[in-house]
Amino acid sequence: MSRLPKKLSTGITRRGFLISMTAAGISFGFPRHLMAAMDPASPDGKVLPSEGDIYEPSLWYSIDSAGKIKVNIMRSEMGQHVGTAIARILADELEASWDDIEIIHVDSDPRWGYMVTGGSWSISQSWPVYRQAGAAGRTALIEAAAKKWGISPKNCKASKGNVVSSKGKISYGELVAMGLSRQFSEDELKALPLKPNADLTLVGKHVTSLDIANKTNGKTIFGIDAKVEGMVYATPILPPTRYGSKVVKFDDSSAKSIKGYQQTIVLDDASGSVPGWLMVIASHFTAAQKAAKRINVTWDKGETADVSEADIIEHGKKLLSDPDKGGILDTGNVNTDPAFKKASSVVSEEYITSTVLHAQMEPLNALVFKNPDGVWEVHSGCQWQSLTLPVLAKALGEDEANIVIRTYMLGGGFGRRLNGDYTIPAALTSKALGGKPVKMVLMRPQDMLFDSARSASVQQLKLAFDENKAVTAMEHHATAGWPTQVLAPGFMPKGVNGQVFDPFSIAGADHWYSVGAQKVRAVSNDLAIATFRPGWLRSVGPGWTSWAVESFMDEAAHHAGKDPLQFRLDMLIAQGRNAGGTPVAQGGAARQAAVLKKAAQMIGWGTPQAKDSALGIASTFGQERDMPTWVSCAVQVHVDRDKGLVNVQKLYIAIDAGIIVDPNGAEAQCQGAALWGLSMALYEGTELRDGQYKDSNFDTYTPLRLGQTPEVKIEFIPSKYPPSGLGEPAVTPVAPAIANAIFKAVGVRLRKIPMKPSELKSALKNA
Amino acid sequence: MANFILNGKPMSADVEADTPLLWVIRDELNMTGTKFGCGIGTCGACTVHVGGRATRSCITPVSSVEGAEITTIEGLSENGDHPLQVSWQKLQVPQCGYCQSGQIMQAAALLKDIPNPSDADIDAVMGGNLCRCMTYVRIRSAIHEAANAIKENNNEQTA
Repeated sequence: MSRLPKKLSTGITRRGFLISMTAAGISFGFPRHLMAAMDPASPDGKVLPSEGDIYEPSLWYSIDSAGKIKVNIMRSEMGQHVGTAIARILADELEASWDDIEIIHVDSDPRWGYMVTGGSWSISQSWPVYRQAGAAGRTALIEAAAKKWGISPKNCKASKGNVVSSKGKISYGELVAMGLSRQFSEDELKALPLKPNADLTLVGKHVTSLDIANKTNGKTIFGIDAKVEGMVYATPILPPTRYGSKVVKFDDSSAKSIKGYQQTIVLDDASGSVPGWLMVIASHFTAAQKAAKRINVTWDKGETADVSEADIIEHGKKLLSDPDKGGILDTGNVNTDPAFKKASSVVSEEYITSTVLHAQMEPLNALVFKNPDGVWEVHSGCQWQSLTLPVLAKALGEDEANIVIRTYMLGGGFGRRLNGDYTIPAALTSKALGGKPVKMVLMRPQDMLFDSARSASVQQLKLAFDENKAVTAMEHHATAGWPTQVLAPGFMPKGVNGQVFDPFSIAGADHWYSVGAQKVRAVSNDLAIATFRPGWLRSVGPGWTSWAVESFMDEAAHHAGKDPLQFRLDMLIAQGRNAGGTPVAQGGAARQAAVLKKAAQMIGWGTPQAKDSALGIASTFGQERDMPTWVSCAVQVHVDRDKGLVNVQKLYIAIDAGIIVDPNGAEAQCQGAALWGLSMALYEGTELRDGQYKDSNFDTYTPLRLGQTPEVKIEFIPSKYPPSGLGEPAVTPVAPAIANAIFKAVGVRLRKIPMKPSELKSALKNA
Repeated sequence: MANFILNGKPMSADVEADTPLLWVIRDELNMTGTKFGCGIGTCGACTVHVGGRATRSCITPVSSVEGAEITTIEGLSENGDHPLQVSWQKLQVPQCGYCQSGQIMQAAALLKDIPNPSDADIDAVMGGNLCRCMTYVRIRSAIHEAANAIKENNNEQTA
């Protein structure tokens, strides 16, 4: 009972805000899990009340009079155990006892700043913020204890939730109960001394993530579980094209006999998110499903109704053939012409990646209503609240300040929930019903049809060699449908030629190999963008640019007559722009060389393999040059020539992500990411057919299953550098490592993913 | 009116006979631990036990389980301490966690049939349960771990 409140705080504090929002929820008759914030460790996500007075040294946490510490997490939980890792950073610097920590995933209140969970940024960006915040609390608590004892703060020390000195020991809870109000300005925060990294006691040590237990007993509350009294269910009817379809008429007369069916509406969407959609409204989810099947709709189809995957690829090739198209990245010397003119030999190849779906396990859903205070509440899983809010505002015709997103646990993000377009149909339906609570859950085929897929891509790479087979210049030209152009154009920088480009559709091509003059050009595939809405998908640009770079490096090594490992190591020189400019990137290309060597050692590079078997290797820098995660993949592969089947027997990853905050969680992220890489290399991939994705469920869209899972090993390079990111990087080197091993095993080079048995068989036949 | 035993308690729900069991459990009986994934029985997120057998509740009409004993993740153990739940927590299997109720229910049925499964047994029986976070490495280890724990517990009891 020690955690029940002695008294409720009445001050205008963060906690007061939380309590009042919860109270409002209860008065409206909501179940308790409809709340402003969620604690993934408590049953049904309910935030536990604080005890007695509380102290908030910073926006990011509070300490109550029992010494319990609530850590505010503005990142979304989608499997990375992000709250636990962030709270470890804070607790370590604060010298808190880990047992006192609770984590709270907060709503979209503007006080939290810019809210996005993606890019593998969470830990890297939270590291300095929560350490400063922890230092603030520690400083204030030590000062308070010193004052009470009448001694200098220098003679006091904080440890495990207590301040200790020669005068004795006093707990954080006791200090808070005595009344603490010390606040810190931004400048004061920056000036606070941090613990030396070597003295960190929680960071880098094993911990059980706080969200785990509820995920084994069914108590975790995902967006799909959100409920409110009086809600109706709405199921959409999707148009034949993503854009441009117009509803001419619909007939729901035969749906009217379905028990619970209420009505069907055509959405009027000022945000342009869901043109041509109808929503079927009923008292029950299954009634809405049944009714939807009985409604006949006539559309005027959009212009992309005939577009195929081949059209998009062909269009991409045409775009790349025009050298004036696209943005050229600043890679130092971009004038490659002289080197290519002088070259004694040139290698050039083209690589293709197919359209890939997110297919996160929890189908898209949202619950939206206008609450008694006139605020629109959006209950759903969401990765980019700050991008979704303005779209909701436009669709609802409301001020952003009048909309709040309450982020639930995500049944998978993988980038799909960066684009919050799935909240719009529920919001528009609620608006049409005067703010009544509307729950929308997409059926799997709707979820897939409405996916913001990873666009298909075409990439053309070439290398110039001198007479000694040394590399003198490189070009990389890439085109795909650009998600950032459609969804967040403000995030597109200008290239050195003055043209904008999507950094998330080219990162990875600007690698850390020293190749002399280097031109990297990104071109938007406008046909892809017209046909579907491209999205960011786990590992984003590097998920497909690395496929080209690292397959090509292998091809180039064979051309140069060098060992593919040594060929790479020779070009990983930590000098100039490859020395590493940001704190996270310190060490530069030398760190990429180190993970390459490590992966080679793990797999036994160079040891003889059985017939039709081989080792393959590849290496990348993860997501972005200013936050590199150095990663290398080594695989052992056997090829069944008759069936065209590739059996990946060993999948080993060596990775350097700086300081590792939560080793077990980090390993889990890398295991999952590496298997994503394998899945996209061999088993996943759809195609556009008649303007839509061909696959609509897991009968034909076939991500990796347990029986296809090889032996996976992950090793981290010990590091003293600040953390980079871990959710995505291990995806990136896997597909090229496999392709490189296949080439070594059977002499056939595959340049398109997924690498299908039929294509491997025909390549073997033609070899 | 549909009637069945859910986690040991008699339940009834006023639903159409063809309503999938999944939606009766989730929407009518408010037990949300069982998840919706594909609606065609290909992902396993909706796995429950019907008369002890692992069953895809998304394609099971409620009329077909009239009077049957149904167990969901909420009823697998009294305190969330089934050996699989213990091993799942110890090895920190879940990432997003969405598929894990189905994974655990499928694994529980597996251990009843094959108390000491090989990797091949696990691959075969768990192959219908998709995990998009791809926690497969740990799922395999956690099933072995739970099987060993059950065996040790039985040995202690018979010793």
